Amino acid sequence: MKLNLLALITGLIFGLGLLLAGMASPSKVQGFLDITGLWDPSLAFVMMGGIAVAVIFFTLAKKRTTTLVTHEAMKLPNNQTIDARLILGSVAFGAGWGIAGICPGPALVIVGAGSVGGIIFFIAMWAGMNLFERLQTR
Amino acid sequence: MQIDYANFTPLASLAGGALIGLSAGLLILLAGKIAGIAGILGGLANRSPDRTWRALFVLGLLISPWIWQLFAPLPSLTMVTSIPGLIIAGLLVGIGTRYANGCTSGHGICGLSRFSLRSLIAVLAFMSSGFVSVYLIKHLL
Repeated sequence: MKLNLLALITGLIFGLGLLLAGMASPSKVQGFLDITGLWDPSLAFVMMGGIAVAVIFFTLAKKRTTTLVTHEAMKLPNNQTIDARLILGSVAFGAGWGIAGICPGPALVIVGAGSVGGIIFFIAMWAGMNLFERLQTR
Repeated sequence: MQIDYANFTPLASLAGGALIGLSAGLLILLAGKIAGIAGILGGLANRSPDRTWRALFVLGLLISPWIWQLFAPLPSLTMVTSIPGLIIAGLLVGIGTRYANGCTSGHGICGLSRFSLRSLIAVLAFMSSGFVSVYLIKHLL
């Protein structure tokens, strides 16, 4: 129950952060990725602001054995594998991110705003995620 | 390289980033969950037993533009590519983030904030690929 409320609130904060940061604007994302053209460095500041705050929480989380509100075992990701899946997957993601200027979080914000283009992108992304599950379970 | 000063928003982007970091930080410290959007959606796609919190996090993202509009007009969310472009891009983002097990939030914010080398490699790979794809689209094609 507490987890569900927390998820709703943090999802909302995340979305408002994306909107304020400019991450939900496809043209701004493309402007950031256009380093050989007229470059808008703003999104580097999103990373800086995000990491500066999150690092405090993750450092505290690392020191704990239980989660603060849900009182479950604190399990941080410990996968350290660096393989072709990681790199080729990221390269494919980056290519799609560049083409549309949209990554998964902003896709949901744009869908929420009622954009038809955003809904088309989301349906394709969701199909891609489901295709991955199909390929995994075969 | 030329800086686009007309669209440069360092303070708003820094503050927006801080909100994203706060969201990810609260979710890990209070509940032990990673605010990686591709991972959260992936758990919905693969029918993970803990789908309720995932769906509610997604709902929070979906309603964020409505809450935003109570206070200010939305920024431009206009698409920058055609419908076929959106479909190809969406498929690449969906498959790619699931194979890489993370996106801009999972690897970029959460992974880098816990100093994961794996996440750093992922971030360098998707950023480089993003730079190359925009170069190809805007300057070669």
